[in-house]
This record gives sequence, structure tokens and C-alpha cells, in this order.
Amino acid sequence: MIENMLAPAVEVERLRKTYGDKVAVEDVSFRVEPGEVFGILGPNGAGKTTTVESVCGLRVGDAGRVRVHGVDPWTDRDETTRIVGVQLQESRLQPRITVREALEMWAAFYDDPLPWSEPAERLGLADHLDQRFGTLSGGQQQRLSIALALVGRPRVAILDELSTGLDPRARREVWSLVRDLRDRGTTVLLVTHGMEEAEELCDRVAIIDAGSVRAIGTPAELIGGAAAATVTSFEPSEPVDLVALRELEGVADVRVDAGRVTVTGAEDAAVAVLARLASRGVVPHFLRVVDGSLDSAYLDLTLNSTDTTPAEETA
Amino acid sequence: MSTASPTAAVIRTESRLFTRELGSVFWIVLFPTILVVILGSVPSMNEPDPNLGGQRLVDVYSSVAVLLSIIMASLMAMPAVIAGYREAGILRRLRTTPVHPGSLLLAQAGLHALAVLVSLVLVLVVGRVAYDVRLPQDIGWYAVVVLLATAAAFSIGAVITALAPSARLVQTIGTIVFFPSMFAAGVYFPVQAMQGWLHTVVVSTPMGAATEALNDAVVGRTPDLVDLAVMAGWTVVLSLVAVRSFRWE
Repeated sequence: MIENMLAPAVEVERLRKTYGDKVAVEDVSFRVEPGEVFGILGPNGAGKTTTVESVCGLRVGDAGRVRVHGVDPWTDRDETTRIVGVQLQESRLQPRITVREALEMWAAFYDDPLPWSEPAERLGLADHLDQRFGTLSGGQQQRLSIALALVGRPRVAILDELSTGLDPRARREVWSLVRDLRDRGTTVLLVTHGMEEAEELCDRVAIIDAGSVRAIGTPAELIGGAAAATVTSFEPSEPVDLVALRELEGVADVRVDAGRVTVTGAEDAAVAVLARLASRGVVPHFLRVVDGSLDSAYLDLTLNSTDTTPAEETA
Repeated sequence: MSTASPTAAVIRTESRLFTRELGSVFWIVLFPTILVVILGSVPSMNEPDPNLGGQRLVDVYSSVAVLLSIIMASLMAMPAVIAGYREAGILRRLRTTPVHPGSLLLAQAGLHALAVLVSLVLVLVVGRVAYDVRLPQDIGWYAVVVLLATAAAFSIGAVITALAPSARLVQTIGTIVFFPSMFAAGVYFPVQAMQGWLHTVVVSTPMGAATEALNDAVVGRTPDLVDLAVMAGWTVVLSLVAVRSFRWE
């Protein structure tokens, strides 16, 4: 038991998976600690879905090793299904099953399920219990799918494209649900290509591209490490030498738009820019210094590989 | 906890869903009896026919109607449901839960078999009451033949479901196999009245053999071993192919 508590919730070591001659996952390794919300981020076809499907036992890797709370999902599927709750991409239900029937059936699969009304209520399905799956909107179907993944009180929840098809308000609600899950100690493995979602929810993020991990870290670390970690903008009191600004240490890019100068750069670029302006006696009016987004970090890390063609992710 | 209760939940849910498939319920449960009623209302169908060994057409068609129900269930109804489930990712999603998706297939097979049984009872009762059709004289053999015929027909449906890549194709192939199966079951023309090579070909198919064996049991004869062997042989071969080639996704 003590061993189990110290062990990582999810361990992926040098996972490799090919479909025929297409390499879906080249070499992916990461560890997720218990209670962590771990994001897997990357462009379409990067190997995200194949990776999590290998974690929940739907696929068996060609090489490497996966453990979920010490259980090998490739050989011990039964035990894995008791630990892991999965919301798959593009997975539908029987067209004539009602929301209530689906929740009841799913709850009966597990030894110690949540009262099914709890996730239903939380996900705004309480008013639709007698509606058939086929008549639900895309967002409602998605919310039901999430509810089913959680009704068995999984220790690890795998959510693939969590907020696809949700309106902004439903997305916020689902996000707050994920935070609650973490607060209750559930480990969450979140597949997303939404930067905002990853920044909002994830304790740590792995950026995957073309089947390999490009970077792992907290969102702040990834943003900080990027060439465009901060964005500084101002309206100079008099014309400034843009070329000189561009040559300052850490500055990645300088743009002028309607008299407003925008400088993107590494963590300390703002300081260098301000020092330069001060030394020339230029006053930066309406000065704003903001964090770069995970967006820019992501683009940094995945841009180089746009000329390669990663294997299509199978849905 | 017990493994019985998740499986029970699957069976309970699938049963409810089955009752919502009104098309299936009509074609499997009601249509065969309606056919008997229509044919029984035609006066000439009630005359003993020397070509049929003195049986009336309505007698022969009571057995045909039972086979029709089996064919509807196995070729038209069930493959569409299973292929639809597969295409929607339901089987795949179940694989991530403690319930094996096989339990869903078994539930579906059981429910369709149950629908066939209800249809059979309806055909026999309505035939007996309304048109004086004799009940099967050899109930034991009758049951064996129905069981074998159902197994053979379901394995045809299983092969189609396993091999066809999409739900749409499953339905198309099901329909293509449906008509020859109906012919072999004697829906268009009584098998007992077929002659020569046509008869030989028809009775070597699962439904042709079933028709002959079923008719034997109805009149109280022991069915030919060959007919039973044809059905059993097809079942074994087809279900092996189905099991080996079935994909969950």
C-alpha cells in the first residue's frame, strides 16, 4: 500500500506505436504524480490519442512500458479498467438509450460508484435524464460522456478532447469539475489542443509533436522558457530606434502598430527594453508588460516540425 | 463484487432498448404470423396438396414463417445493431470498463433469439386456433431443429457483421443474403415441391436443410441426419470465421 502511494499514478517509458508503416508514437515518456492534472498537448496527428489509448489498455505499444498505479494495462486489462475512467474522442452511445439508463448502467459496472445523479447534476444533465442519446445536442452528449468516465470513481481519469463541442459556459463548468476532481485526489490525464485549457487546468504539460515529447513542465516553465515569454508594449514619447531594440538581449521581435511598439521576448527582455528607453530619455506611455501565453511556447516547440508529416491519429 | 450485476445491467438496458426497435419487433415477432394469417385466408391454401405429401400450403407455411422470423432476426436486425454499436464506438468504449463488450453481443443474441421464440409461439398458436394447423408432432426434434436453424442463421449474420467494414455495408450484404435465404426457406416456393438439382442445392444451405428438417418434425418424422449435419456444419464453420475475424472497433 505504501509502495502504491509513493508510486507515480501513470508512468510511460519510451512508448512506441506504429500502425503498419506509419509511426504514431515515436518515443514518449512521462510520469504523472497522484493527484496531478497532467496535460498532453500537441497538434492533430501528434500521437496524443494513441498515447492515452496505450495508457488505458485499448492499444498495446510496440515497445516501451506503461504502468498505471503499478498495473500493466497491456497485460492486466481487468484491473486497469477498475482504476481508470476514460472519456474517448468521438465515442457515441446507443441512439435510443436515455441519459438516466446510460448513467445507471455505467454505475453498475463499478464496485463503488458515485451516486450517478451527482455527475449528472454537476454536468447539467439533470433536466435531460429521460432524453434519448440521439436527441441530445453535441455538447450534451459530450457532457454525458464525461459523466460516464467519472461515475466509477476512477483513481485516474483520462479525458480526450474534454471541451470539444462545448459552449464557453459549459466549458467553464467542465473546467471547474476537473479542478474538483484534482482536489479530491483524482489524477487527470487531459488530452487537448487548447492552450487556454492547458493553462487553466494543468499542473504540468507535455507537448508532443510528431510522436515525440518536445517539452515537459508547468505551464509557467514552458512559457518562461519560450522565446516569447513576455510581451511589452508602449507608446514612446518620441521615435525610437527599432533596430537597436531588436538587438537587445532576449528580444525576439519588435513590431509597431499605430504608434504602439510591441516587443516580445524572453523573461528579462522587458527590463532591457525599459533600461534602453530610459537611457535615451524616452518615456514609454501606456506601458503594459504581460506574460506570453502557452500559445507562443507551443508554437515555438512545434513549429520546426511542420514540414514533417506525422502519422494521422486514428480516432 | 459479483460479476453478475454489471452483466445484468447490460442485459436490462439492452432489453429496454430492444423494445424501442419497433421495426425489429414488427418483422421478427409480428410479420411471420401476419403472413400465416394472409395465406390462411386464401381458400386454395387450405386444400391438401399432393405435391406437398397431402399437406396444405398453410401447414407448410407455418414452418416457413418460423424460419422467416429467424432470418429477419439474424440477417436484418441483429447485424445492423451490432455494426451500429461498433461504428459508434460503443464496443470500444465498453472495453475501457470492467464489462467485456462481449456481454453486449451475447445480450443482443439472446434478445433476438427470445424474439424468435415469441414469434414461433405466436405462429403456432394462431395457426392452430385459426386454421387448424397441427402442432409439431415431435416437439423434441422440433426444438432441436429450431435451435440448430437459429444457430446457423445467427452465425451467417455474425460472419457478415465481422467481415463487413462499415454498418452500411453490413446492411447491404445482409439484404443480399436475405433474399436467397428466404428462397431456401421456402418463402417463395415450398422446398418440398422443388425438384432435381435445385432441391439438392437448396437443402445444402442452412435454411433449406432447416425447412426440410422442420417439416419432418412437424409431421412426426425423425429429421434426416444429413439435414441436421448441414445446419451444424455451417454453424461451426461460420462461427469460427466470425470469431476469428470480428473486430471490436
